[in-house]
Amino acid sequence: MNWTWFHKLGSPKWFYEISGRWLPWLAWAALLLIAVGTVWGLAFAPQDYQQGNSFRIIYIHVPAAFLAQSIYVMLAVAGLVGLVWKMKLADVALQQAAPIGAWMTFIALLTGAVWGKPTWGAWWVWDARLTSMLILLFLYFGVIALGQAISNRDSAAKACAVLSIVGVVNIPIIKYSVEWWNTLHQPATFKVTEKPAMPVEMWLPLLVMVIGFYCFFAAVLLMRMRLEVLRREARSSWVKSEIRTLVGKDA
Amino acid sequence: MNPVRKKRLFIILAILAGVGIAVALALSALQQNINLFYTPSQIAAGEAPQGTRIRAGGLVEQGSVERSSDSLGVSFRVTDGASTVTIRYQGILPDLFREGQGIVALGRVNEQGVLVADEVLAKHDENYMPPEVSQALEKSGMMKHYEGGKQEYQQ
Repeated sequence: MNWTWFHKLGSPKWFYEISGRWLPWLAWAALLLIAVGTVWGLAFAPQDYQQGNSFRIIYIHVPAAFLAQSIYVMLAVAGLVGLVWKMKLADVALQQAAPIGAWMTFIALLTGAVWGKPTWGAWWVWDARLTSMLILLFLYFGVIALGQAISNRDSAAKACAVLSIVGVVNIPIIKYSVEWWNTLHQPATFKVTEKPAMPVEMWLPLLVMVIGFYCFFAAVLLMRMRLEVLRREARSSWVKSEIRTLVGKDA
Repeated sequence: MNPVRKKRLFIILAILAGVGIAVALALSALQQNINLFYTPSQIAAGEAPQGTRIRAGGLVEQGSVERSSDSLGVSFRVTDGASTVTIRYQGILPDLFREGQGIVALGRVNEQGVLVADEVLAKHDENYMPPEVSQALEKSGMMKHYEGGKQEYQQ
């Protein structure tokens, strides 16, 4: 197998160039999809026969929850790549994605609480889905805190990578919590093998929102990573010349 | 992949497998405590602890809801298809409470086997549909068929 493309990824300069080309596309796609999905989902999608309009919070809740879990899996993969291949860019990705993931988890928990009050009758219940999601938030806090607390960059990278990889055990628990145990949270509406348990005029805007959220995450992550790459490689000549052109353009 | 990397990869995968097994064992040991509620069958079989606050969950049986005429008191039966448990509750029920709906009630089982609840939560399922669709389903008599296919309270 040819691994050159993979090792190319490790070059900060190459990453900086290629991400600069992708960034505007991702940013515009995110803006467009989220705008369309929000208006479509909140104003035009039909209401639910039982929950009425309060079900519309699904258009924020589900994309945020998807991302919260996907980003953690991404952290674990980045951690694995960082530990096995000693790729510095993997650590940049891990450190920069963690706060976004924490925010997504927070949004999922918050919208879930707001949704739970009118439908279930409670803001918070200690059922398996909600509790495992709260643990995910604490795992994110742990990764962020560990990265900030250790001043040596290599040790911090190693510690964060190990925590991310060990914490990934929580992801299947979140996913299957609603099937393994009796929970108040309902089972998944979307399954890979079956068609969704809602009509197309309801899930299509949701799909738009989910793709929009993923684009948003990719765009924000690339922006944060580019800044961090510039900061870490500040002494190299390509960064110096890059900064010179950037500053020169503004002046 | 060179041997050093391969070795590191195996070490990490071994750690992950170890942690995974440890968590799986811990969770299976805690199996009962993680369940949010007991089903009526479990209560009937004596699996629920006696004399302490428990949660009971199931579907509100059709035609079992009796409201008190002079107070907020309400009593209803909850079923999982196999057994039922009677629940008494004083207070405002959640909007989604209705016959046939899944609910979870928190309270104590008294000597008569009635669960005196101080909190009732509504549980909804993963199916969403516009009101027109559910009306059409009801009109054609397909709702029963549809709901029958998705009730998974029997554990």
